[in-house]
Amino acid sequence: MTNSFAEFARAKMFLVIGSNMAEAHPVAATFVKNAVLNGAKLIVIDPRKHRLVDFADRHLQLKVGSDIALLNAIMHVLIQEDLYDKAFATGCCTDFEKLKEKVLEYPPERSADICGIDPNTIREVARELAAVKPAMLCYTLGITEHTCGKNNVMTTANLQMLLGNMGVACGGVNPLRGQNNVQGACDMGALPNVYHGYQKVDDPEIRKKFEKAWGVTGLPEKPGLMIPQMMDGLANGRVKGFYIFGENLANTEPDMDKVAHELDSAEFIVCQDIFPTETTRFADVILPAAAWSENDGTFTNSERRVSRVRTASPAPGEAKPNWWIFKEIAKRFGHDWPANSAREIWDNEISGLAKNFNGIKYSRIEADGLQWPCPSEDHPGTCVLHSSGEFTCGLGRFSPADWSPPAEIPDEAYPLVLSTGRRLYHYHTRTQTGRCEGLNDLLGEETADISFADAERLGVEHGEAVTVRSRRGAVTVKANVTSEVPEGMVWMAFHFNEGCANRLTNAAFDPETLTAEYKACAVTIEKIDQAAAG
Amino acid sequence: MQSQKITINDKCLNFNPGQTILEVAEENNIWIPTLCYLKGATPTGSCRICVVEVEGRRTLSPACSTPAEPDMVIHTESPKVVASRRDILELLLASGNHNCPLGSGREKDWKAAQNDDSTELCPACGDCRLQDLAVYYQVTGEKYVRSKEPEPHPPMETVNPFIVRDFSRCILCGRCVQACNEVQVNRAISFGYRGTESKIVAGIDVPLRDSDCVFCGECVQACPVGALVEKNARYQWRPWETEVIRTTCPYCGVGCQLNLHVKDRRILKVTGVEDGAPNKGRLCVKGRFGFDFIYSEDRLKTPLIKENGGYREASWLEALELVADRFKEIIDRGGPDAIAGVSCARSINEDSYQMQKLFRSVFKTNNIDHCART
Ligand code: SF4
Ligand code: SF4
Ligand code: SF4
Repeated sequence: MTNSFAEFARAKMFLVIGSNMAEAHPVAATFVKNAVLNGAKLIVIDPRKHRLVDFADRHLQLKVGSDIALLNAIMHVLIQEDLYDKAFATGCCTDFEKLKEKVLEYPPERSADICGIDPNTIREVARELAAVKPAMLCYTLGITEHTCGKNNVMTTANLQMLLGNMGVACGGVNPLRGQNNVQGACDMGALPNVYHGYQKVDDPEIRKKFEKAWGVTGLPEKPGLMIPQMMDGLANGRVKGFYIFGENLANTEPDMDKVAHELDSAEFIVCQDIFPTETTRFADVILPAAAWSENDGTFTNSERRVSRVRTASPAPGEAKPNWWIFKEIAKRFGHDWPANSAREIWDNEISGLAKNFNGIKYSRIEADGLQWPCPSEDHPGTCVLHSSGEFTCGLGRFSPADWSPPAEIPDEAYPLVLSTGRRLYHYHTRTQTGRCEGLNDLLGEETADISFADAERLGVEHGEAVTVRSRRGAVTVKANVTSEVPEGMVWMAFHFNEGCANRLTNAAFDPETLTAEYKACAVTIEKIDQAAAG
Repeated sequence: MQSQKITINDKCLNFNPGQTILEVAEENNIWIPTLCYLKGATPTGSCRICVVEVEGRRTLSPACSTPAEPDMVIHTESPKVVASRRDILELLLASGNHNCPLGSGREKDWKAAQNDDSTELCPACGDCRLQDLAVYYQVTGEKYVRSKEPEPHPPMETVNPFIVRDFSRCILCGRCVQACNEVQVNRAISFGYRGTESKIVAGIDVPLRDSDCVFCGECVQACPVGALVEKNARYQWRPWETEVIRTTCPYCGVGCQLNLHVKDRRILKVTGVEDGAPNKGRLCVKGRFGFDFIYSEDRLKTPLIKENGGYREASWLEALELVADRFKEIIDRGGPDAIAGVSCARSINEDSYQMQKLFRSVFKTNNIDHCART
């Protein structure tokens, strides 16, 4: 996030795109609702009528995967009607002409055909956005989990730059992170192309710095593989040894059958986890890890705040902290790492080796955490990114993008769009929440959410078991007939192994980020033939 | 705006126009008791425990909803104030099943009035604002003798996994209603019925489970007495026996700050860190109630090595040697890039740092990624 949660309650306008915030980030949603009760405007752009829509001034119920068409049309209107922030867009940003040229190809009438939103509504929304400033734009995986995910993200930034909503409090582009420490895992360099603090592996100066700090030579210069490439590598034999730390890839990656085949092809798999999962079944060695409350350390939330995690109870049996396990493996390769606690790792290595973290030390985050960039020990941390004038020297670059349809679109055989996400009472593949008595009690199985119109057409009753089928597989789940989803859409989560939507999802990826298209694939729903079943 | 002056308990204090008497007092560390007042919500002044004496006014004024005015002279513990507070406390203790050692001592009356067979003592004893105030003001709860059978109270609600609602102990302060409607804005509960029938209702007076309740537990954290209690912590958790450990929620990217209430190295309950960033005390159902997974019997407890299609337990020594040997062998044969690794987006920063360091500086490959995209 460029901005912070504390600004939510004071904001005047929100544009929430592809984010089922009330279920996926409930506490963040409470601050949005507080602001709305205080008079803030809320525009929700989402194919589903989720809970936050009850509080919205407008709900643009666009077709799945048409975000760019809609946002480009809004920008078209802003430019055509001269409503954009000229000083900011031309003075602080570069490539405005490129953007202008692109969005002029998207008059509301053209985009309306793609996204299903009335052209006049598009015009009104553009005018509202121009009238109330700044606006906070928030998004979640509804933007990123598409084959055009990267273009979606750039388009949201284009809009906020055009409106001059960057670098100011209560504005900005604010992705809410799904998992608690996705931000931290990126920041820490668990990415194939950067060390922690986003320092590039192909920069010789930076490699030299890390070689010196770590006392090694010959750090690899070529960026590594991303997960989907690793999976391909397993299948074609280029990747032989696979180390899986805490991820249930067998259920979280799209097209579960394909993933099972890939994991099966590995020569040697190590899984390090707190529970046996569908993935650890493929492991040659399973290492038991200490869990969340059995470990000291830090998490970094969506607003870049590094906060403490503390030990409350001992790990069961022989389970060990993850950092210790990695250190012990390094030792067996002849590397003796000095740090002997999470605190020493942070204070003595992480903090010193990246400018963003120079000022963050455990002693400073005993109570509230600090938001990076925090370059020195007297720096208070950064609530709003780019507020110190980076944009004034032309650092904001418009990157216009064309709309492109999802990789798989409904056809005669598979006439419905399946979109996936998460529900309030569970989290991911339920390795954690599935073992919380009460949470299971409240939501014990997967359902396929469908509209009243489709239910009627298919002759399906609420609660009736149906088969959802895609080109990759089929699952049997109960139908949940709800007004939340529009006609033509099926919505499911991936919390349960039984009925997991990832048996159906399409392993199509954004060409650059290799994010999978969890938000759109084509399916059909079949009634279960009672005679055949019984 | 120019700051102005008032006097509280003979101390001359500055205030900003718009501040209430309570806010000025709190800013200056002057204690005024409250029950129904919920920070951040609209003050209702309904319980009147926070009344103070303002010189020149005939009646006492509730501090939470009376704006400070220039040159007011206020007494927070004058005999008149104390008498009024004691009377309110007597009435509150007599109004419900306050059967803690300091309560009315008339639990027999209450057994008759309850629609269930519960004879339980109040689970909030030791963590109750009403009890604290009764002790402070030396109120026994015996002043008001009941003339007739008390109104029957609705039975306790226990049909959901997380929250027990005990209407017999509710003092109708309304904090839960404000927490639900003004803080979390879930709009699940409200005041229902009138007069002696008054009750906090969910939806059209249904169990929480059948209402719009999303089990955030904000109401439980707000309840000053034993009317709303975390189900699993009842009779387990005694505040003086537990240690409070602050930590960060393990579920979503909001990163809420939690207080873990720990006894004998076991987490008994979780509350939000009031005023902590970013959540200001708020939590959702996962953060508040989703912690028992760590105690699951399914936890992996020893290293396991695959053998003959099954797994056998192994020592760390053996498992680590095996991992190192196999990786060395694969690197020798296929080069460093024949190894790849996926880090965990739920684990701590230090773990991800350490894993990428292992891959880069020891294995010499950049094949390290994590599930940033799900
Ligand atoms: S748990 Fe949350 S939603 Fe349910 S009644 Fe309490 S405050 Fe409202
Ligand atoms: S349940 Fe608790 S918070 Fe709610 S009105 Fe009763 S005493 Fe007050
Ligand atoms: S309490 Fe809920 S909203 Fe807060 S971090 Fe945890 S999961 Fe997210």
